[in-house]
Amino acid sequence: MFEGPVQDLIDELGRLPGVGPKSAQRIAFHLLAADAADVTRLQEVLQKVKEGVQFCEVCGNVSERERCRYCADARRDPTIVCVVEEPRDVLAVERTREFKGRYHVLGGALDPLGGIGPDALRIRELLARLGGTGPASDEGDIGEVIIATDPNTEGEATATYLVRLLKDFPGLSVTRLASGLPMGGDLEFADEMTLGRALAGRRALS
Amino acid sequence: MSTLYRDTGVVLRVQKLGEADRIVTLLTRRCGKIRAVAKGVRRTRSRWGARLEPFNHVDVQCYTGRSLDVITQCQTLDAFGSGVVSDYARYTAGCAILETADRLVSEEGHGDSLRVYLLLVGAVRALAGRERDASLILDAFLLRAMSHAGWAPSITECAKCAAPGPHRAFSVQGGGAVCDVCRPPGSVLPGPETFALLDALLHGDWPVADAADAPTRRDTSGLVAAHLQWHMERQLRSLPLVERVSRP
Repeated sequence: MFEGPVQDLIDELGRLPGVGPKSAQRIAFHLLAADAADVTRLQEVLQKVKEGVQFCEVCGNVSERERCRYCADARRDPTIVCVVEEPRDVLAVERTREFKGRYHVLGGALDPLGGIGPDALRIRELLARLGGTGPASDEGDIGEVIIATDPNTEGEATATYLVRLLKDFPGLSVTRLASGLPMGGDLEFADEMTLGRALAGRRALS
Repeated sequence: MSTLYRDTGVVLRVQKLGEADRIVTLLTRRCGKIRAVAKGVRRTRSRWGARLEPFNHVDVQCYTGRSLDVITQCQTLDAFGSGVVSDYARYTAGCAILETADRLVSEEGHGDSLRVYLLLVGAVRALAGRERDASLILDAFLLRAMSHAGWAPSITECAKCAAPGPHRAFSVQGGGAVCDVCRPPGSVLPGPETFALLDALLHGDWPVADAADAPTRRDTSGLVAAHLQWHMERQLRSLPLVERVSRP
């Protein structure tokens, strides 16, 4: 155990995800040896992220303003909405450079084992958006919802729940991200569930 | 010294660990409840990520670590997960089943978990196979798991004086049906159909259970949930989120 503020810093760093006691100690001593200007800059950035970052009023993504850059961009197609679990999933989809629509961030997935039910997610906001009563209701009707939740048990259950809710919206097409074999992999190493999904979702080539 | 062992089990829950790993909790046939690290399974190119998902019945090989075991191989025996998650009501009922099994079996109690394991495999198989109403499967599992733990509600005789029934009142705190003499304050008065359904679920009389109407199923579910949570002395997080859709 170290004394006073050094131990306090190690304890606080140790509470961060993925930072164990050894890593916390290493980071704390790095900060102790760093220039005062570097530490001040880190302190300012931490304060700014807590005070200056808010959630987009339309999609729930992290944003500096009331609307995030994807919702504020008039060049993006407002009739297609990609539903994701977390703000970091928005970046993952953006990295593909294939999607030019808008997003809706649920804030997690349905996980009864973790006590997370439909009311804990931004599903009500999605329904309001589709019903034309959300903050971006002046941008026209949404014609397609792409459900891009994680391909695990919680993500699949969330997709099942959303499909059940959205099927009653007239003229709305609900799609799910395809799942199957990763690029660069060998077929013989694929697990039976992934291969089964790939077979079920096969596409015609001619 | 680390030892290698192999067992079959049902995945009860998974928790994220570090960058791409998971801690997987399994209820196994021989070793009871184990917690083991599955390395790299959150990466999309993982060969086992899909196998080690909740509800799946798997054959695993692990080696014992200092604090947590490590899974080195995994084969799917029954991919129950995909059948359960394709229906939201079944998924919520399944989560309550997994959480109950997780709470009832301790990591130390190896010897007495085989019955809960067999009950769990049967319940998840029935859920995935869509054989009958998810709510009935859940209540039957809860009653039988409680029976194994020694907390089965008394149905045909008074829980306090053992006077033979049928009785009119049910007391959660008292341990089940109570006679008019022993009946404590706060007891409820379910109909005789509810007692019949409780008995059918506890003893696996499915023709009687399937024939029960929606109000009886609802009353029975309420009593089972209250009885379970009273005796476990804690709330189950998944139970209030169970979607009860009775299809008589």
